Amino acid sequence: MPGTEKTTIGETAFQGVWVLGEQRDGRVLRITHELIARGRTLADKCNARLTAVLVGRDFERAALDDLIARGADAVLAVKAPELAHFRVEPVATCLVHLIEMRRPAIVLAGATSTGRTLAPYIAARTEAGLTADCTELDIEAESGGLIQIRPAIGGNIMASIRTPDHRPQMATVRPRSTRPAKPVPGRTGRIETLKPPRQWLHSRTRRTGFTPSPDEHGLHEAEVVVVAGRGIGKAENLDTVRALADSLDAALGASREVVDRGWHSYPHQVGLSGKTITPRLYVGVGVSGAIQHLAGMQTSEHVIAINNDPDAPIFQVADIGIVGDLFDVLPVLTRKLQQARHRARAALSVKAREP
Amino acid sequence: MRIAVLIKQVPESSSVRIDPETGTMVRSGVEAVVNPLDLYAIEVALMIRERNGGEIVALSMGPPAAESALREAVSMGIDAAVLAADRRFAGSDTWCTGYVLAAALRKLGPFDLILCGERATDGDTGQVGPGVAAFLDLPVATYVSNVPDFGPGLCRVDRLTEDGYEHLEVQLPAVLTVVKEAASPRLPTLRGKQRARNAEIAILRAEDLDVDLDRIGLKGSPTRVVRTFQPKVTRQCRRLPARDDAEIELAADQVIEFLRQRNLL
Ligand SMILES: Cc1cc2nc3c(=O)[nH]c(=O)nc-3n(C[C@H](O)[C@H](O)[C@H](O)COP(=O)(O)OP(=O)(O)OC[C@H]3O[C@@H](n4cnc5c(N)ncnc54)[C@H](O)[C@@H]3O)c2cc1C
Ligand SMILES: Nc1ncnc2c1ncn2[C@@H]1O[C@H](COP(=O)(O)O)[C@@H](O)[C@H]1O
Repeated sequence: MPGTEKTTIGETAFQGVWVLGEQRDGRVLRITHELIARGRTLADKCNARLTAVLVGRDFERAALDDLIARGADAVLAVKAPELAHFRVEPVATCLVHLIEMRRPAIVLAGATSTGRTLAPYIAARTEAGLTADCTELDIEAESGGLIQIRPAIGGNIMASIRTPDHRPQMATVRPRSTRPAKPVPGRTGRIETLKPPRQWLHSRTRRTGFTPSPDEHGLHEAEVVVVAGRGIGKAENLDTVRALADSLDAALGASREVVDRGWHSYPHQVGLSGKTITPRLYVGVGVSGAIQHLAGMQTSEHVIAINNDPDAPIFQVADIGIVGDLFDVLPVLTRKLQQARHRARAALSVKAREP
Repeated sequence: MRIAVLIKQVPESSSVRIDPETGTMVRSGVEAVVNPLDLYAIEVALMIRERNGGEIVALSMGPPAAESALREAVSMGIDAAVLAADRRFAGSDTWCTGYVLAAALRKLGPFDLILCGERATDGDTGQVGPGVAAFLDLPVATYVSNVPDFGPGLCRVDRLTEDGYEHLEVQLPAVLTVVKEAASPRLPTLRGKQRARNAEIAILRAEDLDVDLDRIGLKGSPTRVVRTFQPKVTRQCRRLPARDDAEIELAADQVIEFLRQRNLL
């Protein structure tokens, strides 16, 4: 067991905000830029430095410079061939050592499959407080401590959480709950690369392969998600919903009823026993809005529902509710959306051609 | 082969009500069930036992009433059940929960495999599984959707990530947290229910475990919930009737206008 003595927090001993970025094949992922946006706000509020940490095989200098441009004061790039793909043991070991040596006050990670695995592993080792899947973060004026706000019980309540006596204060942050930080040319900062010693890289897990999801739009990445519910009646009708999704450039999700019937695959399930999504726009088609479904989509920015039952609970969380038969509504809506996009695109290209 | 399954008792999700005044959960009269996502972990354990033989122990930390969740696990075919129940555990956050469960597993072990649900539907954190792995210094694979190959000394798993399935080889002993896709939980049999009724549920108290009393319960928890409140519901559903062609046309136009105003097109 690490550290048998309880760590007391000398207030000055822990300082700075760290964000744990993510990469795939050396390419920095969007969640990193979202975390920088969050971290920058917090660092400004408590007058601290923001460090972006990346762990991987190798990074191009431009990718690291870009993190500075987006708001980091410093970048710490931890590089080794063993770190090419996320495996919890070597990545956590490197980070635990770095956190113990440099003592950041706040450490943020993404509430992604990576961050939600890594953060609790690190928190256990460093005796850090950790709050999952936060949608808002703030600094408490009096104490300078981190306030973590997250939905609980399927989004039915919000909980405000603090970490009074432990450092670092850690949180995973829900993807897409903030806009990614934009690069500002001319910003400067320190870039440090680090080659971890061999003994930090030990792993009892080997990655033997990867099978990418067949569809191009993953639910997590999508700004717009169209979800098919049991109201579509049968598997073949998924194509009608897919056409709507295509007209919105959206990912196609499904309720559990649809997944259990084999009309769509599990990675597309939205809800309590599936994925939690926070797109800019959610469109539910023939979805009733059971509480377990709402648990996975309530925090979407905008919600549109199409259902022929005026009492369907989904309408209670919708901005717009089309009360009608989806088989009548979808063709018209899809056609009009295609036209609208077409016109918008044409207008754009005219503008671009203007001198 | 010895397998531990960690199960939590949670309020049944559709019966959860929120007091509109205080914004807190109304606990009285709410039915308690096995965390639905833990049923998949139980089923994966049973499938591995069918192939490899061995013993499965279900472990829960919770109030004495959580015994009924463990009995449900027994009725599905789990061999033995242990409840870590002590007033001093109450109020534990995920750090303390992981700490206590790890201590209990050390006491009950050794185990070749520790299975968890993806997350508990009340706290919704998914932090306990990886935490237990870290406390026990074991490898962990999260979001496991399939265990195509198990033992000896090694298991192969598929791990569901945002953009696909990772294929991993994990040395045993290990911790796995599983998603729904991993299994379809069986229903309890009549014999299982009978066995469950008479099953002895061993109780572990704080002094039975090698834990530091300053590190457990509310007092030992690094995090504190300081306030709960109702989310701002700013959505006021604008209902658009779509009963005939004219209404449908109009509704579609209004949707497009809505999207255009919000820059969603
Ligand atoms: C432990 C647990 C976990 C769960 N996890 C999840 C989860 O992760 N995700 C999830 O989605 N569910 C989950 N559920 C299931 C959930 O309770 C509901 O059963 C499910 O969400 C319902 O799916 P649905 O809305 O597609 O189907 P239904 O509830 O059957 O709704 C279909 C809707 O379509 C409408 N409709 C029918 N025909 C038409 C038509 N022609 N035009 C327009 N509308 C039409 C109907 O009015 C109805 O509202 C879970 C349940 C439990 C107990
Ligand atoms: N009190 C508990 N007792 C036993 N297992 C638990 C407990 N809390 C969490 N777990 C396990 O950890 C998983 C994740 O829970 P959580 O981190 O609370 O979302 C659950 O699915 C259980 O397998």
